[in-house]
Amino acid sequence: MNAHLQPTGSAYFLTQETQLSERHTLSVLVDNEPGILARVVGLFSARGFNIESLTVSETEHDKRLSRITVVVIATPKVLVQIKAQLERLVPVHRVHDLTAEGAYLERELALIKVNGTGDHRAETLRLADAFRAQIVDATVESFVFEVTGKPSKIDSFIALMQPLGLVEVVRTGLAAINRGPEGM
Amino acid sequence: MAEKMTGAEMVIQALTDQGVEHIFGYPGGAALPIYDAMFQQDFVKHILVRHEQGATHMAEGYARSTGKPGVVLVTSGPGATNAVTGLTDALLDSIPLVCITAQVPTTLIGTDAFQECDTVGITRSCTKHNYLVKSIEDLPRILHEAFLIATTGRPGPVVIDIPKDIQFAVGEYFRPEAETLRHQSYRPQVDGDLAAIETAIDLMLKAERPIFYTGGGVINAGPEASENLRELAELTGFPVTSTLMGLGAFPASNPQWMGMLGMHGTYEANMAMHDCDVMINIGARFDDRITGRIDAFSPNSTKIHVDIDPASINKVVQVHVPIIGDCNRVLEEMIRIWRSRTNAPRTEAIAGWWTQIQKWRDVGSLNFKNSDTVIKPQWAIQRLYEATRKQSKEVFITTEVGQHQMWAAQHFHFDQPNHWMTSGGLGTMGYGLPAAVGVQVAHPDALVIDIAGEASVQMTMQELSTAVQYRLPVKIFILNNERMGMVRQWQDLLHGSRYAHSYSESLPDFVKLAEAYGAKGIKCDTPAELDAAIADMLDHDGPVLFDVLVEKDENCLPMIPSGKPHNEIILPDTANIGDIIDEKGRQLV
Ligand SMILES: Cc1ncc(C[n+]2csc(CCOP(=O)(O)OP(=O)(O)O)c2C)c(N)n1
Ligand SMILES: [Mg+2]
Repeated sequence: MNAHLQPTGSAYFLTQETQLSERHTLSVLVDNEPGILARVVGLFSARGFNIESLTVSETEHDKRLSRITVVVIATPKVLVQIKAQLERLVPVHRVHDLTAEGAYLERELALIKVNGTGDHRAETLRLADAFRAQIVDATVESFVFEVTGKPSKIDSFIALMQPLGLVEVVRTGLAAINRGPEGM
Repeated sequence: MAEKMTGAEMVIQALTDQGVEHIFGYPGGAALPIYDAMFQQDFVKHILVRHEQGATHMAEGYARSTGKPGVVLVTSGPGATNAVTGLTDALLDSIPLVCITAQVPTTLIGTDAFQECDTVGITRSCTKHNYLVKSIEDLPRILHEAFLIATTGRPGPVVIDIPKDIQFAVGEYFRPEAETLRHQSYRPQVDGDLAAIETAIDLMLKAERPIFYTGGGVINAGPEASENLRELAELTGFPVTSTLMGLGAFPASNPQWMGMLGMHGTYEANMAMHDCDVMINIGARFDDRITGRIDAFSPNSTKIHVDIDPASINKVVQVHVPIIGDCNRVLEEMIRIWRSRTNAPRTEAIAGWWTQIQKWRDVGSLNFKNSDTVIKPQWAIQRLYEATRKQSKEVFITTEVGQHQMWAAQHFHFDQPNHWMTSGGLGTMGYGLPAAVGVQVAHPDALVIDIAGEASVQMTMQELSTAVQYRLPVKIFILNNERMGMVRQWQDLLHGSRYAHSYSESLPDFVKLAEAYGAKGIKCDTPAELDAAIADMLDHDGPVLFDVLVEKDENCLPMIPSGKPHNEIILPDTANIGDIIDEKGRQLV
């Protein structure tokens, strides 16, 4: 009956993982103190958990609290461990698995540099408009767009820019919050 | 009341306020202000070690034998890096330590200054929590918070890294109220969920093949937890087994005791774990040395797991009734609820189970063939145990790591918690001698014995000098097989008996070595002389290094080999252990 229960990383018994991995967004409320990011990131690397995206910033200055939004891809069993291990860190107040807890919003911001002249330039602008991308810098041969939205929207925009002269992309990583009146 | 003082004085004041009477340490440039402050008082007594690893293990022995936190003081750079092994050991075995490391002045941090290292970076993953103190205002709170974090919840080591300029800086010292410390983010859950405890009792009341599987958590929860475990065992009539770390929580002399379980546990304990219908895990963590092959681990049981650390629940084995809480509180509740449901143990309902257990016991899995010509290591421990029973003194045992450690766990019997100190999770050779020194510091009148291997003991041998300096009469009982016996056993099991570097060649003359340190040395290689030699060791009022030359190629059995389920345990009558493991099993550790 324990066949599906394999240890996360025991060298004692080597087996194939049988559970499927899922993508989850975790929101972690922490004390904004030196080394907190290293603690969180160190925990992921030490226990072999993978980070897909990570965003950190102070959110409540008076209380010196930061919110870390971290996207992980893991099996349900490992997800439970990640949450428990994070909660075990002394400066961590709370961990919410937004994906598991119901409806939530995800947003990301990207800055995208595209070079182009002539027809390409016009096409670039048309698409940018469709995606509500703002022009935040322009020269006669280039644009920098600012685009916000779900990561999938940003992915599509980048894909479209690829043949039109995409130079480079910077993304902030995810900010996420649950829907409705309740706070964390 | 706030009082003005230097950072160094705050360290000593906070230790005093925390009631810390002994600290284990080693000075160096960056730590000198703290040493100077210590020099000018006499409440906190400092034990000067010979290597900082020794200090950490001494603090562990001190902590584990008293239930109080162990405190370590080391200098920056190499002082801090030398402490890393002991910190990791304490993390894995949940031992409360507060380790103060000195650091180069804040203005020099990051410049690769002399004896600078990134102590908080290096120790982040081997401590429960750590601090770099950057301002004198933070120091009083951090000092007291460190003790709170080290000793509450699942205990563990905490490092406070204090730069030298902070030690000199003057600030206001105060002792913060416990509730104001980390009141938001650090709140270990101590009371178990009542509904879950009731469910557990319901299962226990219906159990036909129950077993208590207990661990170090019972010991960490304090002596009352051990008392309550005894009471619950008596109320229920269920058999009790324990991990290596939990030995002593339940008395080995009690008829319900099954012996230790796991890789070198008894046949009856492992078979009962495999065949039970209700498993009650109290303060143990389904370590891989216990479970063996996970998919074959106790396949038909309903599992109850009591642990103070939520991360231990469902980490390795999925359980049916998780109870997060302090073992003592949960045991108290279990007793109360059990009593409210019934007045009698389940003697009749589990009579068949006990009959089965008796059959397993009759196998005699700890038996060994004795000899009149060569001292068998198991027998040496049995003789030592018998000799210590006649002593009026309290007896504490520490061990190193290897076969001798497992034989000690099998053949030395403990009736009380906090009397058995061993490195379980990390398996640190060199733990036992300094741990014994730490235990002896806490219990000056007790009999403290390190059951050692000749290889392990050489890792921290120099602490014998500490024992001599402080007149700590520790006894080092070396089971000398001239081999890294446990490594040799695995090479027999897995590597065609090719003994790559597992000999202890050019061993020191331990008797002369003891004398060189100013201790007493004894050597014995004849079974007929062993009892007298042990008496000689026990009678000597001072540290003794006792070199017991034992059978060289004895295997430590029973053994559940890697990748095997509990019911495929190797028993002592197995002739050739080299034929047992297949290709796949050889990859495992
Ligand atoms: C610091 C450290 N290094 C290596 C090991 C691996 N190891 C485990 S047992 C052992 C041999 C121990 O030999 P000894 O102390 O003589 O004990 P014996 O097994 O012979 O009783 C070794 C090398 C370890 N546990 N710790
Ligand atoms: Mg040996």
